[in-house]
Amino acid sequence: MSTSSAGPVDAQAANSVVQKKRRTLSDRGLINLFIWPTLIILIAFNVFPLFYSLFLSFTDYSAIVNTAPEWVGFENFERVLASEKLWESFSITGRYVFLSVTLELVLGFTLALFLREQFAGSGIVTTLILIPMMLSPVVVGLFWKLMYTPTFGYFNYLLGFSNPAAAPDWLASRWAGEPMPGLALWAVVLVDVWMWTPFVALLIYSGLKAIPDYLYEAAVIDRASSWFQFRRITLPQVMPLLLIAVLFRTIEAFTKSFDLIMGMTGGGPAGQTEVVAIRLYQQAFLGQFQTGRSSAFAYMVLIIIIAISNIYIRNLNKVKEG
Amino acid sequence: MSSFAETGPREPVTEGIRVDKVQPRARLGKNIRALIVVIVAIVLLVPVAVMAITAFKSRSDVVSVPPKLFFEPTLEGFVFLLTERSQLSGDALDEARANIDNMGIFERIAVENGQRINGPSDFAKRLTNSIIIAFGATIASVTLGLFAAYAFSRFDVPGANDLLFFILSGRMLPAVVVAIPIFLMYRQLGLHDTHAGMILVYTVFNLSLTVWLLKGFIDEIPREYEEAAMVDGYSRFQAFYKIVLPQTATGIAATTVFSLIFVWNEYAFALMLTSQDARTAPPAIATMLGRGGIEWSAIAAGTLAFLIPVLIVIFVLRKHLLRGVTFGAIRQ
Repeated sequence: MSTSSAGPVDAQAANSVVQKKRRTLSDRGLINLFIWPTLIILIAFNVFPLFYSLFLSFTDYSAIVNTAPEWVGFENFERVLASEKLWESFSITGRYVFLSVTLELVLGFTLALFLREQFAGSGIVTTLILIPMMLSPVVVGLFWKLMYTPTFGYFNYLLGFSNPAAAPDWLASRWAGEPMPGLALWAVVLVDVWMWTPFVALLIYSGLKAIPDYLYEAAVIDRASSWFQFRRITLPQVMPLLLIAVLFRTIEAFTKSFDLIMGMTGGGPAGQTEVVAIRLYQQAFLGQFQTGRSSAFAYMVLIIIIAISNIYIRNLNKVKEG
Repeated sequence: MSSFAETGPREPVTEGIRVDKVQPRARLGKNIRALIVVIVAIVLLVPVAVMAITAFKSRSDVVSVPPKLFFEPTLEGFVFLLTERSQLSGDALDEARANIDNMGIFERIAVENGQRINGPSDFAKRLTNSIIIAFGATIASVTLGLFAAYAFSRFDVPGANDLLFFILSGRMLPAVVVAIPIFLMYRQLGLHDTHAGMILVYTVFNLSLTVWLLKGFIDEIPREYEEAAMVDGYSRFQAFYKIVLPQTATGIAATTVFSLIFVWNEYAFALMLTSQDARTAPPAIATMLGRGGIEWSAIAAGTLAFLIPVLIVIFVLRKHLLRGVTFGAIRQ
């Protein structure tokens, strides 16, 4: 890449000596004309709102009450941090992210190793397994709700439970009528894994494809075991992509899990699947519209996301350049 | 000494064949692995298939225990989903039944259920909204993104990397976090629950995608083409318009379709920033259950109607899928 672009730059430099004044002026004008509309709209709809909500997070304000925001200092932050439900929702989000990302990585890596075999129709198969990922998460959640229905749902039926009374009711966290906390979270994690494992697999597969064959050939000549090849060649070579997959899924678990869980459980039963985004939504847009306090909550989420996405973007760049 | 033909691999080792893969055992392994991939794919697609068949079940077939795999297909779900109906009784019903042969398929199904179609349902309007908003936001974000991507690709923009990160980072924010201030802003500006408001939000949301993807595509076009054109007397803008644009056609098409899918699928912003007039299909589908006699067959029908465009797109775009999802980081 870099060698091919060096030539034209020189050519451009030589060329621009001739008509330097006109060219540089019009180029700068063109840059401004091309970039500023995008930047302005991003500032208006991303940066400004965030400053606005930073202000709101220090005020007592509800969007449905007709009074101006009242400055309360750090009270919102104190209250949010002291709320047990907040830590509960963070812990649920953490479990959700950990379980789904771990499963996706393990299964995705395995699937990627299998995908390495090219066979007739492997192109079609790799396309087909991406279908779940491209669907609207809320719609996916909804149709999994139908799958999970204990009486007429297919999930229990395909698992071989013939008597609905003795079968698990996944989304209600009940097994054969007995409460079984955590079942609903597992049910949601399973859908997340179903949606995203193929993506992780393809990401890793594209890393595997890039490993030069001679590394393996050299290892075979040296009579290295398959395990050794995997640990010393495959794993280190796809590490950057693994990291990307982890970070990407972690960010998505904060953002897209909202859609999925809203479609399936809406946070229930009894708050067992109430991840951070859902709790935030309920506080900000339902009931009393606690705009001020939820802005404070939102800011804490924001800081976490910004930290993760910073690492993510830096790694993305490394992979792109490397 | 035995010759190579006796001890060596059965086929000559060419560059295309890995040394460790020519043994018969490795070949058997290869077939087994291919088989596993196919089985995984089939298992993954079962839920989608279930949804598709549920859309064609009648009301009673949907709730039968155990679930029926074989049933008489009907369009009942679609009729319930797309139309407003009222109950017919007595003479009116008899009259409608007598007239059944002259009716269209939708009306016939309604009459068989003892109902009359009064007009299109709410859902038809939601789908229209989805289409308007998806196309509006896509046209805007691809146009803006194309210009910005060109500038980032071809010029030495001061602070280009920081700007590109800034553009991407907007995408990482959870919708709920951004939606609170935008909700208040929109209420002030009168943009709440309007098509224009939703188009704006989605344009911003998709700009990161379009800028990053299109930059990747434009980076792949050799600069020499434009340089040559400019030596021949084209202005920079003409070179962009007449040389780069046609060369990027595939990239623009792929980006457009990705943008369409993202808006088409989006739920959170639509849930929080619309209520009636501009509400799109995803939040409507999610809240449909248990309202106005809508049942699973209708929901399945709605989901299917919603999925079909996405499925078509997946097949058209299969070569660019991974690239789109990773914002151009991975070139499949």
